[in-house]
Formats: sequence, C-alpha cells, structure tokens
Amino acid sequence: MRTLSYLLIGIFFGITLFKSEAASWFRIYEMFAFDAFHMYGIIGTAVTLGILMVQAIKRFKLKSFYGEPIVFCQKEKSVSRYLFGGFLFGLGWALAGACPGPMFTLVGAGYIPVLVVLAAAILGTYAYGLLREKLPH
Amino acid sequence: MDWIMEPWPWYVSGAAISLTMLLLLLVGRNFGMSSNLRTFCTICGAGRHNEFFRIDWKEQRWNLMVVLGAILGGYLAANFLTADPAVAINPNTVAELETLGFASAGSAYLPDELYSLKALSDPKSVALLALGGFLVGFGARYAGGCTSGHAISGLSELQWPSLLAVIGFFAGGLVMIYFLFPLIF
Repeated sequence: MRTLSYLLIGIFFGITLFKSEAASWFRIYEMFAFDAFHMYGIIGTAVTLGILMVQAIKRFKLKSFYGEPIVFCQKEKSVSRYLFGGFLFGLGWALAGACPGPMFTLVGAGYIPVLVVLAAAILGTYAYGLLREKLPH
Repeated sequence: MDWIMEPWPWYVSGAAISLTMLLLLLVGRNFGMSSNLRTFCTICGAGRHNEFFRIDWKEQRWNLMVVLGAILGGYLAANFLTADPAVAINPNTVAELETLGFASAGSAYLPDELYSLKALSDPKSVALLALGGFLVGFGARYAGGCTSGHAISGLSELQWPSLLAVIGFFAGGLVMIYFLFPLIF
C-alpha cells in the first residue's frame, strides 16, 4: 500500500513536471534570461503554498496518514557548501536544462539523450563522494 | 478536459508541486530527488571503497518508487496528455536562441541541437550534455539537495541554508547563460 502511494505521488509529480514545462530546457533558459514570469510563478506559488502547509503541520502538530509525527530534516549550518555546491549545480542546470526530477520525467517522455545527462549526474555524485573530504564545507 | 492537454499555467503547476511535497510529508517522507543519484551509486557498489556511499539503499526504496513514478508520469504526459509539445517561450528569447544556433526554439519541447537522436552522433552535443549532468550531480550532493530539496522543501520550511543554495543555483545559471553560452554556442 505504502509502495503504491509513493508510485502514485511520483506519477503525479512526473505529469506536473512535464505539463508545467519546468522540464523544458527552453523554460530554464528563459528563466535565467529573465524573459518570462512562468518559472518564477511556479516556484513562487509552490513555495508560498509550501510555507503555509509546513506552518499548518507545525502549528496543528499534524501526523502522517500512518499516525507518525511529521519530521522536517534540519539542514546543517554552513555557508560555503551551499554557495559553492549551489553554484556548480546552477551551471549544470542551465547547460543541461534539467535538474534531477525533470531528468527522470524526460526519460519517460522518450528523450533518449537525457540518459547521457542522467548517467553523468550519477557520475558527478560519485565524484563528489570521492572528493568530499578535500572540499570546503 | 481540454485544459489538461494544454500547457498548465504557472499557478496550477506551482500548486501541484507543493501538493507533491505535502503528499510526501503526509506519507512520512521528505521531498528530494537528487538523493536518488547517491542511491544509484550505492546500488552500483560505490560503498565498497567509499564511506559516503555506505548507506542502506533499501531504506531509500520509497524514493526509487517516486523516481519510477516520475518516469511513468513523463511517459503519460508526453504521450497522452499533450496536444502540442512546442513550448511558447518569449519571442525575444526565441530570437536570442536563434542567434546562438538553436533553430528549434519556440517549436519544440527540448532543443533538437542537444536532445534529438541526431545530436547523439555529435560529440560536442554529447560532451555538453555530459558536462551539464555531471555538474548537476556533483553540485546537488555538494549543496546537499537540488531544486526539490532546497528550492521547494527547504524554502517552504524557511531554512536559511536552502536560501543560500538557491542563491548559488541562480548565480551558476546566470554565469552559464550570460558568460559561458556565448563562448560555447
């Protein structure tokens, strides 16, 4: 049952990424060129509603469907890892035009070359694991 | 039901993304797609010689189901829920991209110059896709999350680290399209 719920949420997410055009390379370029409100509208709406949802969960101490408390992972304190890591991510996001979620969606949509992007992203993750101790965090 | 075949407006799309996050919280999970890339490394055996990948990947199975769903969702949306995949970007953007050599701007979902089957036989296109993917994977793990984990979840939880990461995402994206694109394309 739980497994099925994850799958259904994933399907909903995948359809959303494609239909919102957030998985389109062109939309990402247009966003960074500040030529349209579209992507800012998507992220802005998601974050505004997200803040309300999270506040409601905290205020009313809402439980999950399975009766467990809902836990938010506190991100560790640092400046350099977020700015450096984020910067590298942004370079790649603008070049490939896809962040990790859309990569999967585009595989399903049938764009074969996105497999190159995905394989390289896995390799990049691996490279980070190898270099982690040497990087400023 | 015609609206579903059209591109979804930003307010529907944004609401649907926050609903994805909410549903995951309500089934006891945290929204984050890039951690799956680490799980793939572990499944491929990266944990044998590197501690960072020594995780119990079976605990991540739920997220792999979300990935499977996102793939299926992409298949369904592209094949059954889309009348015309062309993305109607700003005409100024189309003109700008045409000068960079992207003739498919305004008439496709993804640029043919990078994402068509023909592009796979062009070493430059493949190298650029690989470089982009590598930076996304490396940067996401370095920053501890990607667009879903930081820009959506982290900002919704009002976490400062996520704001820093999102500033980093934008700085990188702007440098790429304003300074590096003219050199690359």
